[in-house]
Amino acid sequence: MSEERFDCIIVGGGLAGLTAAYLLAGEGLETLLVEKGNYSGAKNMTGGRLYCHSFEKVIPGFARNAELERRIVKERLTTAEGTMEYASAGVSAPEGESYTVLRGVFDKWLAGQAEENGAMLVCGVRVDDLISRDGKVCGVVAGDEEMEADVVILADGVNSLLAQKLGFKPPIGQSQVTVGAKELIGLSEDVINQRFNVGSDEGVAWMFSGCGDVCDGFLYTNKDSVSVGVTMMVEDIRNTENSVPQMLEDFKNSAEIAPLLKGGKLIEYSAHLIPEGGYDMIPKLYGDGVLVIGDAAALCANLGFTLRGMDLAVESGRLAAQTVVAAKENGDFSADGLSGYQAALEDSFVMPCMKGTEACLAAVKAGGFKDDPIVTFSKVMRETQIG
Amino acid sequence: MAVNVADKLGVNKFHTDEHNSHIEVDKEYPDRSEIDKVVRACPAGLYSLDENGTLFFDYLGCLECGTCKVLSEGKVVKSWNYPSGTLGIEYRKG
Repeated sequence: MSEERFDCIIVGGGLAGLTAAYLLAGEGLETLLVEKGNYSGAKNMTGGRLYCHSFEKVIPGFARNAELERRIVKERLTTAEGTMEYASAGVSAPEGESYTVLRGVFDKWLAGQAEENGAMLVCGVRVDDLISRDGKVCGVVAGDEEMEADVVILADGVNSLLAQKLGFKPPIGQSQVTVGAKELIGLSEDVINQRFNVGSDEGVAWMFSGCGDVCDGFLYTNKDSVSVGVTMMVEDIRNTENSVPQMLEDFKNSAEIAPLLKGGKLIEYSAHLIPEGGYDMIPKLYGDGVLVIGDAAALCANLGFTLRGMDLAVESGRLAAQTVVAAKENGDFSADGLSGYQAALEDSFVMPCMKGTEACLAAVKAGGFKDDPIVTFSKVMRETQIG
Repeated sequence: MAVNVADKLGVNKFHTDEHNSHIEVDKEYPDRSEIDKVVRACPAGLYSLDENGTLFFDYLGCLECGTCKVLSEGKVVKSWNYPSGTLGIEYRKG
């Protein structure tokens, strides 16, 4: 058994964990990030798009250097009433600008940034348990290795077995998560530009509300591929005779989608759970020597016209890092010393976004869909500051 | 159009753990409707029934999403964990 000691250990190399690692190492803290995949991103997938605003605070101007796919300029929303199309708000709204990303690529890039900043990344290691003494978390166990730290940040994703073990959250309910299944279909850049009527770096985000009896659909354009998939509330499997893979197949073969994918080649098939239980699903977020961030903290908001998880993950990682830096200065890693994390989330856009989904959506509906709903959503969220 | 999930999994990169299944399944679970749900819900189509109604589960090809855990832990799914470090699905694109 070897013993090493760090200021902070982060479990999970997704966006939340990597953001925290990048910032903590940048502040000079001895930071270790442990990832079970062979590299950051190896276990991660998204639909999906990343709204830039929160990451912009981490690495200003990152879009110039990061491994991004296409800047979203066009939004489509298909419901039973038909398909609406509107221009993306882009930089004209505080939370408007977004890019499609592929997590196996983007996370790897961010991991490189975190390492350059001085974070230590250990990949290919699954953390099995936490070390607790007198109710205080003080390290992690991986196989027969133990590693200790003043504080452990759980960024181990939607299933967060560690937060469950710690008693911070109950087992996930079937009505709290959707399962997403996605195909990445290779098409040339030119074909994508033609079929979606966009320029080379421009992309489309398209949500389908109710594409099958129990599922929703999505389509995003990447540089030279299209992400197409379905999501289904896990409990709804009882209300259909269809299988999840069949739902995706039917969606791909629908009249609206099939022509757009014609001649494309499957590059990868992926699946993931998405925390969609809203505010009520958020677990205990901090305790003695421990913080919970990102999907592990169920910070994800399905707004119907868009799905936001990654920008919340990044913000939670940033605020957790900020909290740990303050705790280090005060030499207090108790629950009390880390309570600033929850307060910071309340003061940020994260909790208003989690709490205000319904009120904001009502306003979006009332306003129609002439403009990107994110504009109205952000405005109502700020005005009401539900929280 | 019928779907062939095995072909889709075939394009993915996996580091397979040939010896240890990270998911333990109760193949004798008595409630058929519970089994049917897991069979339909797994995005990788790894749960299947043969003509005699015998449940088969193949952990190789698992995308580690956790759907079967959420749906049936304590029922069809006896235990669920991620594969050991380095093993399992490896998304090149994600």
